[in-house]
Amino acid sequence: MQPTSHAFKANAHRALGDANLQRAMGMMRAGFPEKRAQAIARLPEFEPLRDEGVAIKNHVLAHLDFYLERFEQNVVAQGGKVHWCRNAQEARETVLGICRSLDAKTVTKGKSMIGEEIAINDFLDANGITPVETDLGEYIVQIRHEPPSHIIAPAVHLIKEQVAESFRETHTHLPPERSLEEPRVLCDEARAVLREKFLAADVGITGANFLIAETGSSIIVTNEGNGDLTQLLPKAHIVLASLEKVVPTLEDATTLLRLLARSATGQEFSTYTTVSTGPRRAGDLDGPGEYHVVLLDNGRSALLGGEFQDMLRCIRCAACLNHCPVYGAIGGHAYGWVYSGPMGAVLTPTLIGIEEAGNLPNASTFCGRCESVCPMRIPLPKMMRQWREREFARALAPQTQRWGLALWSYAAQRPALYRRLSALAARVLGALGASRGRFRSLPLASGWTDTRDMPAPEGKSFMTLWAERQRKTGKTA
Amino acid sequence: MSDARDQILGDLRAHLGRGRLDAAAAAEAEARLAAHRRNLVPARAAALDHAGQVALFIAEAETVDATIARVGSAADVPGAVADYLSRQNLPARLVMAPDPKLESIPWSARPMLELRRGRAEDGDAAGITGAFAAIAETGTLMLVSGPESPTRNNFLPDTHIVVLRASEVVACYEDGWDRLRAKGAMPRTVNFITGPSRTGDIEQRLVLGAHGPRRLHIVLVEDAGA
Repeated sequence: MQPTSHAFKANAHRALGDANLQRAMGMMRAGFPEKRAQAIARLPEFEPLRDEGVAIKNHVLAHLDFYLERFEQNVVAQGGKVHWCRNAQEARETVLGICRSLDAKTVTKGKSMIGEEIAINDFLDANGITPVETDLGEYIVQIRHEPPSHIIAPAVHLIKEQVAESFRETHTHLPPERSLEEPRVLCDEARAVLREKFLAADVGITGANFLIAETGSSIIVTNEGNGDLTQLLPKAHIVLASLEKVVPTLEDATTLLRLLARSATGQEFSTYTTVSTGPRRAGDLDGPGEYHVVLLDNGRSALLGGEFQDMLRCIRCAACLNHCPVYGAIGGHAYGWVYSGPMGAVLTPTLIGIEEAGNLPNASTFCGRCESVCPMRIPLPKMMRQWREREFARALAPQTQRWGLALWSYAAQRPALYRRLSALAARVLGALGASRGRFRSLPLASGWTDTRDMPAPEGKSFMTLWAERQRKTGKTA
Repeated sequence: MSDARDQILGDLRAHLGRGRLDAAAAAEAEARLAAHRRNLVPARAAALDHAGQVALFIAEAETVDATIARVGSAADVPGAVADYLSRQNLPARLVMAPDPKLESIPWSARPMLELRRGRAEDGDAAGITGAFAAIAETGTLMLVSGPESPTRNNFLPDTHIVVLRASEVVACYEDGWDRLRAKGAMPRTVNFITGPSRTGDIEQRLVLGAHGPRRLHIVLVEDAGA
């Protein structure tokens, strides 16, 4: 996928004017946070479980080479294969190679963010192999030729009328006048269409929520069961996973699973949690003949030991997206690449560069909700700030912004000057805005006043008022 | 791609500021792997006696839209299954996993129930399987693959009926792992199933039966082990 993160501001502007998107985002903002809050209220151990989850991931990151080697050993012992891939290109070629070796025509896919990251669908398509997304939301965005807009709810930006329209255009074998008003009917139609695809597929590709070093297993969670039919029916199961997905034991994965569904959808547990270990065994009546794990680095090893290492704890639950006022206003497409919301704002620059994605760490009000809901306690606001500092240090920010910040920092380091300037500004703006109480436009502040009024100050700065108050009560400032 | 493997492992170690783990650190990690130590287990189920755990399992499973029939013995299972199918207006036809636990049920008592033994195929409307265990904590079934329990039987039929013995109910997932390890090797597939298939992908409205079963019915059999 060609990133458009550099055009974030234009993307966001467009999103704010998109009536369908705004309706869909309204439903999102109401749904996810409430469900999460209810689920967590039911589990008194949630906070200590978060601490344990953080400790597990930190331990893994400090021993990542050890656990990955052990994981590989156990995959091989179970008859599977691990393919180490440094970058997206190597991962794509590996998947294609496996598909070609099985003479594959169609591939079913469970939703995988790594699949999005390496843009596997376009690549397979270009090489004569048809990929079919099977998660309902992912299928909807695939037939609309859109990327997913949310890491666990790919079609959250759409309303049902848009889905119905896309089904009519795509499922041309069905009567054109059929009723498609209810989600139930849309779901049944997709179920029937995709059941045929499941049965016909040569290869099934899924992601992995966790890899287990102890057993050489991969774990996926779904609610639909699509990931199961994807890996169960074809000749081969390919797992796309990035390095940091590995955990030591089944017990460790269990702790993280207790956090994942509650943080993501507010469920106690996802409907289907599936642990897959190697290919079909002797005597089995079903199961894939081959089991492959495509293990992707793509810049992650470089995050170890640095200021963004904590990001590698992320378990992709999307709680930070679901609670972010910026994401909630504009949706995921505005971020211009695979990952969106606060986790995307931090991760995207590490994967595609701050030159392309420099706008994203600025897309935050720093309200701190993302960090407060993150089950892995990732300090997302702090890391966005680190990106802003880097952006500033590398002179990537616009000239006016740099000039403004330089001026501000000069004043901020001289308290007396700062107080005089702020008192002056408050007095002048207070006098100018006294009649209306607000400004429709202000020089140098169009970024604010283009979309909303600027309230006029009272005429006195906080420091002035404070000093007056202290004098009245007989204390000195 | 052994070049890639070596380079990735080398990069990881370089960024971690060390070479391979030294002997002491490696031994520590080995010990951690071997211990299967439990992390914090919520008290919700672990603090209950077995009857309480069974009751919690039922309550949690019903919360996520599974239905449950409790019967006194294996002899009551065929009647419970036939009743369920007729209440749902479904044909009395089932594909049954070739599981000895299911074979031991006196199906001939209900000759109208048509059973086909084997793995499920696309046309099978209803299927019946056993379970390896059930997790009280979240009302979750734990099923494992094997010659007697093909995984597709858990997913292809529209209606999935599970025969569960009360003694198979455990408090938490960790109990399930312990039972599995006691049995031997890790199966190819372990399915944790919590209610019937569902999606909220269209306007976040819950729809049951996305790709897997539309209905999950559990016949819970009291047994001596409970």
